[in-house]
Amino acid sequence: MKIDFKHQQAAHCENGVTSNLLRYYGIELSEPMVFGIGSGYFFSHMPFYKLNGMPVTSFRVWPGMIFKRVTKRLGIKVKRNKYKDSRRAMNDLDRLLAEGKPVGMLVGVFHLPYFPREYRFHFNAHNITAFGKEGDQYYISDPVMEHVEVLTAEELKKVRFAKGTYPPSGRMYYITGVPDQINLKPAIIKGIRQTAKDMLTIPIPFFGVRGIRVLAKRMRNWPVKLGNKSAVLNLGQVIRMLEEIGTGGAGFRFIFAAFLEECAVILDIPRLNDVSREMTAVGDRWREFAYHAARVFKNRDNGMTTYEMLADMLLTIADMEEHVFKQLRTISL
Amino acid sequence: MKVNEVPQDEAFLKEGKIRDLCYVVDDKGHYTKVLSKGWAPKNDAIKLAWTVVYEHAEEIRKQILAGKLSPVAFYMELNVMDTGILANYMNLSRRRIKRHLKMKVFKKLKPELIARYAEVFGIDSQDLTDIERLGDFKPTDENRF
Repeated sequence: MKIDFKHQQAAHCENGVTSNLLRYYGIELSEPMVFGIGSGYFFSHMPFYKLNGMPVTSFRVWPGMIFKRVTKRLGIKVKRNKYKDSRRAMNDLDRLLAEGKPVGMLVGVFHLPYFPREYRFHFNAHNITAFGKEGDQYYISDPVMEHVEVLTAEELKKVRFAKGTYPPSGRMYYITGVPDQINLKPAIIKGIRQTAKDMLTIPIPFFGVRGIRVLAKRMRNWPVKLGNKSAVLNLGQVIRMLEEIGTGGAGFRFIFAAFLEECAVILDIPRLNDVSREMTAVGDRWREFAYHAARVFKNRDNGMTTYEMLADMLLTIADMEEHVFKQLRTISL
Repeated sequence: MKVNEVPQDEAFLKEGKIRDLCYVVDDKGHYTKVLSKGWAPKNDAIKLAWTVVYEHAEEIRKQILAGKLSPVAFYMELNVMDTGILANYMNLSRRRIKRHLKMKVFKKLKPELIARYAEVFGIDSQDLTDIERLGDFKPTDENRF
């Protein structure tokens, strides 16, 4: 059986899954809207939390947060499950699909057969939707893919129970009830305010604007502390986290700018257009950073000055982001 | 980023299958969506990550032929795993995985255990036991799995 589900591509997987699920239940929200209301924008650099043996740098909130926040802020009822037993995880999925409910899932990309091989690292925060099953095959809406994909039961089980940093443990989520009326404006305000708060006020230095400054400070020391080779690898990892499918750091800045542009109209606050343009400039700076960083690791013996330069760029970005969110912190209807 | 600045540096993505969706500004200053086949700096970062994997794998291969490390170490590297991830997939302790990386210990492993390793790596048991196969095995993009 196959649910009549419209697959629409997105820049980011969790936005896409959330937006596609909402559309199925008659709520049409753009990807930027989902991202903004869900307060998906974030920054963290966590030296204590590792991927491929190197610190995790992330440009968005923890997996699952966007879906959780969007649905909560719009008064939509959802259910989320996590499993130890993979058979139960698959049985529950089958039951929900038979009931006609599309199901969002957290998966690892390493064993995802339709992904380009080069993109398949042990990255466990990818999101897909299953919307049907025929024989042994599941119909999969993967928001970063252009079209619908299929996975066998065995393949799906494998990616749902991928191992490594932040294992998905069969996590799945679905919508159980939608209110008669959606109140968009207060949800938008909440989304913006939370992002501003998260970016500006978390008292631990690894998060928000302060996190960017921590990364800058540490990056300055990489060549001395880690040696050139390891410094290059760490830089490469930051760029992969910045640009790769599912994380897309600079991309998030542009999505947020698109969100602010939509908000200017919906909330009738024209000055949000100015903030949107400022946010676009932030995204451009992140791309500039990635461009220069790539030059460093293509030309491996560039020396320490380049890391200094990159760190300075990060500090500029941190100031710019701080300026944006200081304007957004006090926004109200 | 503006519409006409969207990079189309083709490397790993495929038109009609998977491309990056980018939010970009059009002529009038409004946001719109454009698909991108890739961007060189990002492609370079991905290439760098794989180059390092292959370099490590090649070093490990030499040590296997010298009788020091076991093929488990080689395929662990090619699968971009560390002992922690492999321990999770094998449902064994990290300590035991570390022991199995030594050729001396590996040679005494039961066939059942070797078969489980092979399954996790997506290869035949013989790929693990027949060391000769690694004699001229060059770790590259084509030879990854």
